[in-house]
Amino acid sequence: MDNLAIATPEIFMLVATCVVLVVSLFINENNRTIIYWSSQATLLVTLLLAFSQIGDEAMTAFEGAYGLDAMSTVLKSWILIVSIGGFLYSRDYINERKIARGEYYVLGLFGITGMMIMVSAINMLTLYLGLELLALSLYAMVALYRDNSDASEAAMKYFVLGALASGMLLYGMSMIYGATGSLGLSSIHDILAGKTDQSVGARFGLTFVIVGIAFKLGAVPFHMWVPDVYDGAPTCVTLFIGTAPKIAAFAMIIRLLVDGLETLSVDWQRMLAILAALSMVVGNLLAIAQTNLKRMLAYSTISHVGFLLLGIIAANPEGYSASMFYAITYAFTTLAAFGVLLALSRGGYEAVHLSDLAGLAKRNMLLASVMMIAMISLAGVPPMVGFYAKLVVLKAAVGADFLWLAIVGVAMSVVGAFYYLRIIKLMFFDEPIVPVSAAASPDVSAGLAINGAAVVLLGVFPGLIMTACVAAFS
Amino acid sequence: MLTLPHYLTLGAILFCLSMVGIFLNRKNVIILLMSIELMLLSVNMNFVAFSRFLEEGSGQVFVFFILTVAAAEAAIGLAILVVLFRNRSTINVADLDTLKG
Repeated sequence: MDNLAIATPEIFMLVATCVVLVVSLFINENNRTIIYWSSQATLLVTLLLAFSQIGDEAMTAFEGAYGLDAMSTVLKSWILIVSIGGFLYSRDYINERKIARGEYYVLGLFGITGMMIMVSAINMLTLYLGLELLALSLYAMVALYRDNSDASEAAMKYFVLGALASGMLLYGMSMIYGATGSLGLSSIHDILAGKTDQSVGARFGLTFVIVGIAFKLGAVPFHMWVPDVYDGAPTCVTLFIGTAPKIAAFAMIIRLLVDGLETLSVDWQRMLAILAALSMVVGNLLAIAQTNLKRMLAYSTISHVGFLLLGIIAANPEGYSASMFYAITYAFTTLAAFGVLLALSRGGYEAVHLSDLAGLAKRNMLLASVMMIAMISLAGVPPMVGFYAKLVVLKAAVGADFLWLAIVGVAMSVVGAFYYLRIIKLMFFDEPIVPVSAAASPDVSAGLAINGAAVVLLGVFPGLIMTACVAAFS
Repeated sequence: MLTLPHYLTLGAILFCLSMVGIFLNRKNVIILLMSIELMLLSVNMNFVAFSRFLEEGSGQVFVFFILTVAAAEAAIGLAILVVLFRNRSTINVADLDTLKG
């Protein structure tokens, strides 16, 4: 019990979330901003607590169920930063639509707690509990728009496929437990390394674990839920699902496959390579066909998941840190893109179709510029951060003799550039359909400006994050 | 005498039944929820059997947590089902087709 202190961010977060939950029950409709500000304050204090742990030496607590290491502190800080941005962009959208306003923040905070637990879990039980805390919050958030028929359909699909994925993951975990007799990931690693004959049970379990991870990440062929959920959920929830959970999912892969099953890396490299190649091809090709912005961004997510996996497939520290960089910067860039969509969806208006962006430069230059930066970065054009992220994962894949995969990746990012650049063309060279100037609140505008500037700055100085990513796996 | 493979086979059969229930069921969303529960229970069967035969306790602890999470999951699933029924007046799986792409 002596090093319980390493869980301070999570403990504070959980207590503060419960306080916000109780406060939200007793507050009347007109004072709802209190919930927003207390949620932001919770996130900010947790961020400070998590940030102060960066650089601490690796420790474990709770009988080896929970660990603090270089990777977990950095990822936690980024999850919190991205979530603060997400809440900021969502505020006006939620206030206008009157969709269960307090609940969005409370469920979001619980989800973020789940992500932080996932990131720090060094035991399969803790990992599962963190994952479920996140997933259950997300199912409820998708269904927040109670009167909207699409939202409830999306919630049902997400729930069924998410629960299926958890079941797969659990079945795999039970097989790994049977093969090793342990739930702790580091002891699983040691037991498997000590075996001379490669355990069939552990490999069998690995297959199920990979399927579960692929479902959660939305990698092809387990991607069917992604477009439907992105499309059906309220945009503020789509933003939440599309950003921070990707960082947590990266951490889950590292914990399970690298910390736990590294001795089986030859097996999971092959399986992940197929998933990555399919995701990059299918995601990019289907994104071209979309006229709905949220669906397009959903397929774009699928293709980026493919790239994210490239670094992990390399199965060496350079690859892992490249993927970590990719996950963080991807979450950050998508945050800007969805932030613009949320800023545009005001006054009883919903920005969901490509045509809603037409002539945005004439309506609001700032929003159009931020969207342009985000799109160029997602397409992977220098000097944006997306270019450097793609470069390092491709380099890792080539370094690990997965040349064919790197070629697929490069070819597909050229294909992908088409639909990202189409949005820029729409915004800057087409005439607006609704010639009203689009105004965002001053703090949202400031947030988007900082977010956009950071995407450019990190592209020019990638070392700002990359050093931390490299240090996490050295 | 029942041995470990017997329990694992039972677990695998239950798991396959729940998969069939999820993928072949075209009628009722409630059957989907039942299949999900069955899937978690088949995992519990595995954990308990392994825990018993490896003489190692942590697997049984895991089972308690899975049972708890399964209860929470069922609550959220049914809540979503109620919302869905209010909006659509149907819980037919084949009618869940407005979102496509």
